[in-house]
Amino acid sequence: MDKVQDNRAWFLIIPVFLIVAFSAVVPLMTVVNYSVQEIFGPGQTFFVGTEWFEAVLKDDRLHDALVRQIIYSLAVLAIEIPLGILIALGMPGGRSAKTSLTLVLLALPLLIPFNVVGTIWQIFGRGDIGLLGATFRAIGIDYNYTNNSAHAWVTVLVMDVWHWTSLVALLCYAGLQSIPPAFYQAAKIDGASKWAVFRYIQLPKMRGVLIIAVLLRFMDSFMIYTEPFVLTGGGPGNSTTFLSQYLTQMAVGQFDIGKAAAFSIVYFLIVLLFSFIFYTIITRTGEGEKK
Amino acid sequence: MATIQFDNLGHSYHPHPSKPEDYALRRLSQEWEDGKAYALLGPSGCGKSTLLNIISGLLVPSEGRVLFDGLDVTRCTPEERNIAQVFQFPVIYDTMTVYENLAFPLRNRKVPAADVDRRVRQVAEALDLTADLKKRAQRLTPDAKQKISMGRGLVRSDVAAILFDEPLTVIDPHTKWILRRKLRQIHEEYRLTMIYVTHDQVEALTFADKVAVMYEGAMVQLGTPQELFENPQHTFVGYFIGSPGINLMPCTLGNDHALVDGIAIPLPERAVPAVGGRVGGKFELGIRPEFLELTRSGSAGSIPVQVTGVDDLGTSKLATVRLGNHTLKARLSEEQEVPALDAAIRFPTRWTKLYRDSHLVG
Repeated sequence: MDKVQDNRAWFLIIPVFLIVAFSAVVPLMTVVNYSVQEIFGPGQTFFVGTEWFEAVLKDDRLHDALVRQIIYSLAVLAIEIPLGILIALGMPGGRSAKTSLTLVLLALPLLIPFNVVGTIWQIFGRGDIGLLGATFRAIGIDYNYTNNSAHAWVTVLVMDVWHWTSLVALLCYAGLQSIPPAFYQAAKIDGASKWAVFRYIQLPKMRGVLIIAVLLRFMDSFMIYTEPFVLTGGGPGNSTTFLSQYLTQMAVGQFDIGKAAAFSIVYFLIVLLFSFIFYTIITRTGEGEKK
Repeated sequence: MATIQFDNLGHSYHPHPSKPEDYALRRLSQEWEDGKAYALLGPSGCGKSTLLNIISGLLVPSEGRVLFDGLDVTRCTPEERNIAQVFQFPVIYDTMTVYENLAFPLRNRKVPAADVDRRVRQVAEALDLTADLKKRAQRLTPDAKQKISMGRGLVRSDVAAILFDEPLTVIDPHTKWILRRKLRQIHEEYRLTMIYVTHDQVEALTFADKVAVMYEGAMVQLGTPQELFENPQHTFVGYFIGSPGINLMPCTLGNDHALVDGIAIPLPERAVPAVGGRVGGKFELGIRPEFLELTRSGSAGSIPVQVTGVDDLGTSKLATVRLGNHTLKARLSEEQEVPALDAAIRFPTRWTKLYRDSHLVG
């Protein structure tokens, strides 16, 4: 081995280490610490082992929230991904005023803060002053998100679609733009149908960005908090109480710090598990392209 | 297979072209024979890709018509014209196997499965792809991918013409040579009309029966490689074909000779009538280095020159001489001695060409 040993590079990494430690590792460890203790107040703590974890795993309300959460995230993906692809396919290409206008219009929802989106829809859906709610009322549909679970649930879903489909569309658009024109010309010459062009050229070329889009939309929707909080605060009943909503109620509402900490860790592990699955898929795809 | 005719064909990307420079392809009327291999040769931006795209139907010309076997196809799609095209960079369908890639154009046309299988195996055999047929196309090298692109062009037996748009750009030199010979073999076997676009003269000359040289949107000459070499119709052909290109000297005209810096050079007889009537224009005298003779001064019809350098190219020598203010190249055989002090050159009238405004007049 004639490699020069030089460890000075570590000094350059230390600041980042410190920042990450204080911003992520230490708080996370605190949560781990809380999750194994019963906390009555400052200094009054008792070690309870895995008791909180057992309680969390047996919590029926949590099960309900988890099921609701998974159905919600899958619904978000099932709507936003195909819709985003369709929008991207319909967008004008090239450098024209039309393209710029479309891009700006699509990017607009992405620039609006979460709680503002919630507020917009909360007012939009009101039967007395909101355009959507009043319209429904006028045509005879009894739409009311404050007392109808299904209406509240659908409103949160539509809100997410309105807010985030643009992201999927823009990612897909970028993927589509990277396809050289020769591919379309070749397909034309090979006599390929529109569907075949989509199936064999556009979809494979979009695969990379689609995986990123699925990952981002899944993670984001899995952690949704602000919109249902602003709209109905998780109600009516528990119909829009998703995982983070329930967690907040537990931690800040009931001050059940120990149980909430155990919940956080389980929540964190679920997110981590999905991230790992997507990460594996992404790296595999990359390798396939290199070969 | 089809005869391809261009009838007053021209194309401009400007909406209202007024001067010749506005045209990417200048007015052209020609007939290309069925079953021959043609090459479109020229530097980038000369209009060769424009012409190719007009032939394939990817571009509708702004003027004139394209006819296949006498049928007007100017506004037909590539599919309706029934042509195949191979692009500069490999175009493959990533998610399909090599076999599926090759079968794709046939399956889209609802060819019976047995015929598809037979054609695919034939083409794979011809292109040395048989071993890779079951592999995913995405995993292959750029060479193999380009072979697949070519294969998709060759797999259809009923095409009017196969068009190649600089197909060997991404291929390494050795494989390039093999693939070009393969294409040539396939051409000879199936007698397909092939049109091959390139900026590489060696590629064009070795591949094609006839080469069309393009320059600034105009087709300056269409001829066999030999015609292009021996009788360039345009100074650009002289310059572009051959290495080094033709020797060119601006000249003025006497009765039966040209004057270059006051030195008289005999003109071929065929040039004399052309000289007589027309006086305007810029005249140039051209001769290929291969035809310029280097001798000792004193021999009949020779002009004394100064030899400024000799490059030994292994199989031949290249002498650089000065005549007046001009530098000329002369190709000599390996054995020929180069006179050091009393060198002279002779212009054989058969190979001495006179150009007026870049066009051959004699």
